[in-house]
Amino acid sequence: MIHFEQVSFTYDGADRPTLDRVDLDVPEGELCVVVGPTGSGKTTLLRAVNGLVPHFTGGRLSGEVTVDGRSTREFPPRELADVVGMVGQNPAASFVTDSVEDELAYTMENLGLEATAMRRRVEDTLDLLGLHELRDRPLATLSGGQQQRVAIGAVLTASPRVLVLDEPTSALDPAAAEEVLASLTRLVHDLGLTVLLAEHRLERVLPFADAVVLVPGRGASLVVGPAAEVMAGSPVAPPLIELGRLAGWDPLPLSVRDARRQADALRLRLDGVRPPAPAPVTGPRRASAASVSVRYGDVTALDRVSMTVDAGEIVAVMGRNGSGKSTLLAQFAGVRTPTSGSVLVDDVDPAGLAPRDLVARVGLVPQDAGVLLYGESVGEECSSADRDTGLAPGTTATVLERVLPGMDPDRHPRDLSEGQRLALALAVILAPAPPLLLLDEPTRGLDYPAKARLVSLLSELAADGHAVVMATHDVELVAQVATRAVVLAEGEVVGDGPARDVVCHSPVFAPQVAKVLSPDPWLTVDEVRTALLGEPVRG
Amino acid sequence: MSRRPSAPSGRRGLHPGAWWLWAACMAGAASRTTNPILLLLIGGVVAFVVAARRTDAPWSRSLVVFLRLGLAVIVLRMVLVVLFGNRLPGHVLFTLPHVPLPSWARGVSIGGPVTAESLLQAFVQGLRLAVVLLCFGAANSLASPYRLLRCLPAVLYEAGVAITVSLAFAPELVISIAAVRDARRLRGRTVRGFAGLRGMAVPVLESALDRSLQLASSMDARGYGRRIPVARGVRRWATGGTVTGLLLVVGGIYGVLVAGSLPGGGIPFVALGAVLVGVGLAAGGRRTNRTRYRPDPWGTPEWLVSCSGVVAVGALVACGILGIAGLQFSVYPLTLPTLPLLAAGGILVGLLPAVVAPMERRSAAPASDGPRPDDGPGRGNRPLAAPEATGGTVPAATLPVVGPAPEPAVDPDPAVFPAVRTRGRAA
Repeated sequence: MIHFEQVSFTYDGADRPTLDRVDLDVPEGELCVVVGPTGSGKTTLLRAVNGLVPHFTGGRLSGEVTVDGRSTREFPPRELADVVGMVGQNPAASFVTDSVEDELAYTMENLGLEATAMRRRVEDTLDLLGLHELRDRPLATLSGGQQQRVAIGAVLTASPRVLVLDEPTSALDPAAAEEVLASLTRLVHDLGLTVLLAEHRLERVLPFADAVVLVPGRGASLVVGPAAEVMAGSPVAPPLIELGRLAGWDPLPLSVRDARRQADALRLRLDGVRPPAPAPVTGPRRASAASVSVRYGDVTALDRVSMTVDAGEIVAVMGRNGSGKSTLLAQFAGVRTPTSGSVLVDDVDPAGLAPRDLVARVGLVPQDAGVLLYGESVGEECSSADRDTGLAPGTTATVLERVLPGMDPDRHPRDLSEGQRLALALAVILAPAPPLLLLDEPTRGLDYPAKARLVSLLSELAADGHAVVMATHDVELVAQVATRAVVLAEGEVVGDGPARDVVCHSPVFAPQVAKVLSPDPWLTVDEVRTALLGEPVRG
Repeated sequence: MSRRPSAPSGRRGLHPGAWWLWAACMAGAASRTTNPILLLLIGGVVAFVVAARRTDAPWSRSLVVFLRLGLAVIVLRMVLVVLFGNRLPGHVLFTLPHVPLPSWARGVSIGGPVTAESLLQAFVQGLRLAVVLLCFGAANSLASPYRLLRCLPAVLYEAGVAITVSLAFAPELVISIAAVRDARRLRGRTVRGFAGLRGMAVPVLESALDRSLQLASSMDARGYGRRIPVARGVRRWATGGTVTGLLLVVGGIYGVLVAGSLPGGGIPFVALGAVLVGVGLAAGGRRTNRTRYRPDPWGTPEWLVSCSGVVAVGALVACGILGIAGLQFSVYPLTLPTLPLLAAGGILVGLLPAVVAPMERRSAAPASDGPRPDDGPGRGNRPLAAPEATGGTVPAATLPVVGPAPEPAVDPDPAVFPAVRTRGRAA
């Protein structure tokens, strides 16, 4: 269905090709997952499928990409709209119309379908993706998960043979992500759709994958094959695969169910060993929110939320899309003021602080991290961050090197991949080491090694007495680093406690290792590895 | 999870054209009078209809924006009259120091006595403009501009999309300014004064441009601008016909305006030109095979709504022709305005839409009315830190994963589908 033959692609001004002599064949009716390190060219590969690369981006493409027998050389993206449906990384940026139903019909209108056929397909798609409740809603009022499903529906109505999705679940909470993936699987099974999707949160997508394409980056050639085979040698692997490697399982498990079947031996070896209890955190109070409510019109974003953050804590704020996590972080960062209640950071109201005093106390990496960057190049961004906060020259660059090594200092921030941009923004905010660090979705687009480096960085900061609050859907990140978890629902705090207790007992937020080894409360592969090696375990 | 009952005949609210026609008529009525009572009556009628029939979509808030704009116009107009205004004689309220100007600026005066008459006249003129603005805001609140756009003929549609996208640029700029301001604050940089402004301009423009490019690539990937091959002859005829027709229309209008310059007063030229333009556009339209999803029907409610507007403007025009007193407000002598009954009655007919227009289905979850910086318009970058969503949450398990599958999304009608493939393909 999708066929790449000796495809090489070089962006204008780049000194080495992003794709180098790529050969790829995706047969009809397969769900194929593209994996690879941050910035390895996954998005470029996906956008080459319908010709957005190079028709839209410029650059030099050699070789041939054909989809359903049509070559992107002869057919521009608009002429492939009836064959390839493309859903980008930011669904909100792709909306053309202003209401759900019109958005679903837009592609069909361009293709010139008959009115009756359009109506029927819109109704089918509304049912298929569970959108019928939202049919009249203006797109601007939808939550992230709803927007993602509308974006998928909007390309699906044209009945493409191929669906290409770039990180379809990274902005979604675990439940919404599963919902989207389940609908995709059903499209593959029932309609023979071919799906090519790129994703960093492999723990979510691998159970659904028929095949995996590994893009190693730096010009190395692709590895294509059945999921279990490719993952065995992959530099990026979800906790389940890591656990399988540790326990020596063969074949490697792709789903929690597979793993539980093989886990008996491991459970026996772990019998009687308890995961280490975290040292209790007793630091001075860093920040507190007292009965904070935030309302936008008749929508209540936060409803009498009270919480405290102490030095040395790493607090994970979890909850559905739209439950008020980002709003809560914005209150602590002083970029929004509460409708009622009060927020204190180091005993002052952060909203009243001058920018210079604010950064000395609080650092926030927002969800759309790119807005923090406005230098002309990565190097300039780092040096201006050093100047802004009075750090020794080179500090930010060192932090960046720790999170994501080997970034070219001459590249423009806008040309970076999503994950690289996030890493740069993280470096800019982490470098001055503010006493209170607020991170909104800090792992979007980051691969597992980069995530592990971020985790160690955060742990060091916490050990030094910094407080970290992160809003995230990434349960594996929470499992690795959080000391406390706060669960929000509809703007209210519905759970607050040690991270292990909160996530292990939730079917939605439990990490893979906990699901495999339940009812024992193991959270991460590292804990299991330490226990197996027989190292002294506290508690 | 019950499906709300769909409106009869697939109707999704009133045809946007009817709303715009009604609003244009009300604006036309406002422009025919300076009687403050009649003007306030028109404003009241428009506001009442909007309150009765608006939805809770984001664009429904535009009435308030236009109301504020109107008030600003009135205030500005009165301030200008106080400072520079036309010095109508009459009851002097107070006197400002007069600034003598050189003889070449004789038409302008600064300061001097301010009379009640000149203030009142400025107020009435400002009020008329404000009411016209209010009518425009009403049209915006009642029908989304995008829905009006959908009614354009296929050949003009693409130009129309380009215009709406560029119009959306301004509100998006406001959102990205807010985001960049927040971001600068988080980086510890100043957001005030000239330095702050200079530092913000580049990132704001950059992100707006970035977003336009993203939207453009999405539109391209979704088939915007697809062409079906037409014979080169047809294409030439379409272009030639349109251009010749336009030239004829322009020449004909010259003939209409300058008597005796063209045979028949130029009217035959205008007519022939119009026909040629029509044929040219129709032939050009054959190159796009765009279809329209759920076209808005034009039925009895549409007729009633647009006729009510026509009656309102007609009543005022009739008053003018019949010479009925009270339509124009005069400040000499300074008396209370009278109320011409015919005009007032006509304006009140404009209330009809509040009753006859079908209610648009309201969205399931409440949309917010307040400033919601983060959700922004659909194609926005989200500014920092706002509620990630508004409205509702993702309904858990709306999708039956197991169990009988509903109708497949692929169109089962084979007659439709292959036709699309072959027509769409530039083979």
